[in-house]
Amino acid sequence: MKHLLSAGELTREEAITILDTATQLAAATTQGVGKLPPLRGRTIVNLFYEDSTRTRISFEAAAKRLSADVINFSAKGSSVSKGESLKDTALTLEAMGADAVIIRHNASGAPHRLAHSGWISGGVVNAGDGTHEHPTQALLDAYTLRQHLKDNSGDLKGAKVAIVGDVLHSRVARSNVLLLTTLGAEVRLVAPPTLLPIGVETWGAQVSYNIDESIADVDAVMMLRVQRERMSAAFFPTAHEYSYRYGLNVARMNTMQDHAIVMHPGPMNRGMEISADVADSSRSVIVEQVANGVSVRMAVLYLLLGGTEGV
Amino acid sequence: MTHVVEPENRPSRVVLDADDMSRALTRLAHEVVERTHGASHLTLMGIPTRGADLAVRLAAKIESIQGTPVPVGALDVTMYRDDLRLRPARALLPTVVPPEGIEGRLVVLVDDVLYSGRTIRSALDALSELGRPQAVQLAVLVDRGHRELPIRADYVGKNLPTSKTEQVKVQVIERDGIDQVTIEQSS
Repeated sequence: MKHLLSAGELTREEAITILDTATQLAAATTQGVGKLPPLRGRTIVNLFYEDSTRTRISFEAAAKRLSADVINFSAKGSSVSKGESLKDTALTLEAMGADAVIIRHNASGAPHRLAHSGWISGGVVNAGDGTHEHPTQALLDAYTLRQHLKDNSGDLKGAKVAIVGDVLHSRVARSNVLLLTTLGAEVRLVAPPTLLPIGVETWGAQVSYNIDESIADVDAVMMLRVQRERMSAAFFPTAHEYSYRYGLNVARMNTMQDHAIVMHPGPMNRGMEISADVADSSRSVIVEQVANGVSVRMAVLYLLLGGTEGV
Repeated sequence: MTHVVEPENRPSRVVLDADDMSRALTRLAHEVVERTHGASHLTLMGIPTRGADLAVRLAAKIESIQGTPVPVGALDVTMYRDDLRLRPARALLPTVVPPEGIEGRLVVLVDDVLYSGRTIRSALDALSELGRPQAVQLAVLVDRGHRELPIRADYVGKNLPTSKTEQVKVQVIERDGIDQVTIEQSS
């Protein structure tokens, strides 16, 4: 594995290897090992063209726990705001000796361009590109599901997961559908017709417009953030109506199976797609997802940079 | 006239069979008890994969001699290896610390084969991340020589003089369905 650009390029075996590696790394952390040595002397650049708190911090914590040197680069306050192109920024990072670049970009496909342009020789990790993909989020979601449903081993065969909300603008939803189906789970997308992308029927997931019919038999419900910053048109009449039709509240949560969990990639709009009492309930694993994110990103960085290049 | 070709060129010979292995482990257990004066602060840490299996067995043998249970764990050394960058990224194996921890304990590292000593060097680094044992000793089933570091074993099941072109293969019943140690000529 040289790059991680899409959750769809992972085979079942590769995905399980990442999750198993994350399990061992998480165990090392609980055993009190603060810092592990495998990436000593490697430089990792966090190249963030879009705002992010948890993903950037999560990658930074992951890289540092593996003893890598981390350079944070955010577009704000850099030469990008003076008009520097991705290519020139990449050439600069290459000249500084970056072994891997973790990139978040508002343009779908930017990580792919960076990885295959020949501008840099190191590995590229997609930390979210436009409305396209966010593979490490899907991996941490798969890890969280596996922890709760599969005793932390193997794949997700037979697990049923509903992904509810703004699928149209969600790179999280796309990466999750690709990865969870690779791992054998059954995925159901639930959204108003206006918030489903064209071609969603080819994704390999079931599609429903009705949340109440869709969550009673699932093992996990994953709520998506309504991404108003990406909305240039009216996709639904009012926030109140969206919440009424598609929000997860306590009454809806109580129709779920007893063991079913509630997930959210964050940041949440409390009161919009998820009510505060659901977010804070005992079924909610949202804080666990954040903790698992560090372990999963450690696993990705270790597998990418922990040996010679390739494989 | 048919001539049966003996597989004499197949370069594999058994140096320890199941009984030999069991006797060697029993002797190791007695030596550990003797040298540690009753094994009261003893913790065994096996190096995965087969070292960890052998550690569990050794702990059981010590327990049957002493009558008290011996904490046993596993110590993965992958991330502490000095040749990490020379091969593709390797899968990590479990590290299991017994509930007693390793702080102040007499830790005996257990591995199947002692060769260059580099695995044990990594193990010492990995162990020091987990705590500060009172002392660390080393038990191995087979010592095949060719050390590249100043490391020696405190307990040796069998000294096996080998050439560097040979491979020592330890198989354990838990993993391989058979207990035996073989030497093969590597191609």
